[in-house]
Amino acid sequence: MARRIALTVNGRVSRIEVDDPSMPLLYALRNELNLKGLHFGCGLAQCGACTVQVGAAAVRSCALPVSQAEGKPITTLEGIGETGRLHPLQQAFIDEQAAQCGYCTGGMIMQAKALLESNRSPSDEEIRRALAGNLCRCGSQLRVLRAVRRAARAMA
Amino acid sequence: MDRRGFLAAGGGLCVGLSLGGGRASAQGFRAARGLSLGEVDTFLAVAADGRVTLYSGKVDLGTGVRTALMQIAAEELDLPMSRVSVVQGDTLLTPDQGATISSVSISRGGVEVRRAAATARAALLAAAAREWSVPVEGLATLDGEVRAPDGRALDYGKLVGGRTFMLKVDPKVKVKDPASYRLVGRSVPRVELPAMVTGQFEFMHDVRVPGMLHARVVRPPAMRGRLGEVDDSAARRIPGFVATVRVRDFLAVVARDEWAAIRAARALRAQWARWEGLPDQSQLWASVRASPILRDDVTQNVGNAPLMLQKAARVLRSTFDFAIHTHGSIGPSCAIAQWEDGRLTCWSASQQTHELRRQLADMFALGADQVRCLYVEGSGCYGRNGHEDAAADAALIAREIGRPVRVQWSREDEHVWDPKGPPTLIDYVAGLDERGQVTAWTAEAWIPQGQSVSRATLVAAELGGLPTDASHPGSVQQHLAIQYGFPNIRSVAHRLAHTPFRPSWIRTPGRMQNTFGNEVFVDELAQAAGVDPIAFRLRHLSDARAAEVLGRVAKLAQWVPHEATRPVLQAGRRTGRGVSYVKYELVRTYVAVVAEVEVDVDSGAVRVTRVHVAHDCGQVINPDGLRNQIEGCVIQTASRTMVEELRFDRSTVTSRDWASYPIMRFPDVPDVTIDIIDRPGEPPWGAGEPTAAVIPSAISNAIHDAIGVRMRSVPFTPSKVKAALRAAREAGTRG
Repeated sequence: MARRIALTVNGRVSRIEVDDPSMPLLYALRNELNLKGLHFGCGLAQCGACTVQVGAAAVRSCALPVSQAEGKPITTLEGIGETGRLHPLQQAFIDEQAAQCGYCTGGMIMQAKALLESNRSPSDEEIRRALAGNLCRCGSQLRVLRAVRRAARAMA
Repeated sequence: MDRRGFLAAGGGLCVGLSLGGGRASAQGFRAARGLSLGEVDTFLAVAADGRVTLYSGKVDLGTGVRTALMQIAAEELDLPMSRVSVVQGDTLLTPDQGATISSVSISRGGVEVRRAAATARAALLAAAAREWSVPVEGLATLDGEVRAPDGRALDYGKLVGGRTFMLKVDPKVKVKDPASYRLVGRSVPRVELPAMVTGQFEFMHDVRVPGMLHARVVRPPAMRGRLGEVDDSAARRIPGFVATVRVRDFLAVVARDEWAAIRAARALRAQWARWEGLPDQSQLWASVRASPILRDDVTQNVGNAPLMLQKAARVLRSTFDFAIHTHGSIGPSCAIAQWEDGRLTCWSASQQTHELRRQLADMFALGADQVRCLYVEGSGCYGRNGHEDAAADAALIAREIGRPVRVQWSREDEHVWDPKGPPTLIDYVAGLDERGQVTAWTAEAWIPQGQSVSRATLVAAELGGLPTDASHPGSVQQHLAIQYGFPNIRSVAHRLAHTPFRPSWIRTPGRMQNTFGNEVFVDELAQAAGVDPIAFRLRHLSDARAAEVLGRVAKLAQWVPHEATRPVLQAGRRTGRGVSYVKYELVRTYVAVVAEVEVDVDSGAVRVTRVHVAHDCGQVINPDGLRNQIEGCVIQTASRTMVEELRFDRSTVTSRDWASYPIMRFPDVPDVTIDIIDRPGEPPWGAGEPTAAVIPSAISNAIHDAIGVRMRSVPFTPSKVKAALRAAREAGTRG
């Protein structure tokens, strides 16, 4: 039986209809709302490619049922900045060329954003630990570290 | 749809007169000539507004190739990069420059683009000279214009006017002197990154085709299996369910939306015949060694190594093995297929869309001109992963239900069903004289058969009983031949009839495994000779660029020459450094690395702390792009070396997700320092793979430096390190 769900994403409320309220938020964001800033990587909360913010927390959207996301402030990569008005993390990732295939990049940025909002100048070790749940197979981790450090300085 | 239709839709018209004077429109060109690599129009189109489209058969895999090719084209044409756009990997529009593999995108693809662009520039100059009735020698090109000494200028768009060149690429065309380069050799930022960081970049996974449905494949629980009864009664009750598709043993569900497809696949009940055809993993190497051999390939033969071994004062033997690996793409494979009037269009992230087109044409008994394959970036694939299989899945399902279909593989589909890097086993024997000098070197490898054209069987075709190819993982015998000038050398590849899984190429295929064995065994020989590992390598190489790259990494790492010592094994942490070197495929990119490790002797845990890389790939197109690739090679291969091993039981792969196939995570990633040797006057060589070849051996050599044991079996898990330490203690010897 279809159910209407109101999702607050990047400051806007969208009303979607879902057949299954336990559908992961990932699919609602990507398919119902056509957002591309998060990706399907595993559906098992093992890789971090689907990371969004719910409130201040970094959340694996593949593991959050859409019904439980209702009414909460959800932020995706698209919501943190745009061309001409980039978030310092987005700018830092460009400045450090901190991506190869780019598939994990959105998740990395959202996880790093949650980190920097709770820890304004993390050590290298703290950044590595905070991103331990975000997989990168291409091997861009060193650049991501430099980008997060750079953004931390810009945001300080 | 032909190229004219595409261009008319895109707004750039190519009609009218050719520069050469004959009458030919773009579509006539396509029809008459196809996409020959010998034609400028195959690669370049100049629109009336002066914008240039570069048509590339080589595709960007996250590697920076698109940006590098734009740099090359814009350089030769004296154009701003902002006026260049790229169409890549579309079998209708782009030439077949071969698969995007083997680290030749720049050395071959880039050179082809360079020559085409230089030929085009010469034609533009000639056209302006005719237009102005002036000698061509006085003219110059800059910023997309031809300029005369008297100040007259003509934009390329006005000169060409959206017409075709109708011109053969001059293989001997004079290309720009590197001393004049404005773009090539600069770290131009990758053009995709702004879109990637703002969520605007379109991956294959983001493509939407009007009217498309969503499908999920349902595979046998074993690697093979005949399909029996299918009960989709529960699946049919899922809202949005559309159809069950069955073609012999191929099974899939189709739904209106993605989540419904996932639910329906879970709700499907299917009976599969049991199958237990995989070897016992604990006996994998015995079974590799006992595999039937199709033929022996002698990969190198110098002097008479078997005879000299018999006469040797001392003989060293070592055996190396390298586990089965999976590509581990972060984004599981995804493809979309659409049939219309008996013609198939397929979107995928395949590294080889022209080859995929041929495979799909064969699978469905079509002519190649009835199939169009388009490349859209997936996540990094590092070789032949599941992309082509997802394409075949989508094509088969779409044919059965008569609607466009998107197939998204699950994480489990990707881990289990993507073809694998095959297991490698190598025996080395070396003969030494009384002074410890090497008199003979032999290597004997057990590897799958290969062919010059790399391809893999399509799972959908195999399950569905449709035509497909045998799998060939490419030239995995590469680097059994070595560069070192030992007086007697013989290496042989036993080409095996079977290997446990569909073999395919995974970054640096065969070259990684064989270089692992070579460069650890060379270290063992250096130890036997009592010579520093770098000095020993230099003694047996007569190649100035080899000497330079080894000298540069020694300097970068502040290497202290030493003989391999025999450290006292004691509790706690020991650090060590190891060197490795390769000249890729003996004919191109030179890499030397020094790896630093920290070993916990109690737990066997090894941390790779830092890797120093000296890299010579000739002319560098984009230094930062090159660094990105080198870092990627180091980190990805450190993961493969330290932790990765596909696990399986008698029926199927048991490494089905990131918990059961862990890869290296942020806390363990080593630092990387890089010294790039740029030779603008040399041909540009590739960098996507060569550095990866030397990482396993450098780490093994570093572990030996730290604790005196030789790790000859990838991955170097803590339990293997502890076992090696135990064995060394019991034997009372080291190494």
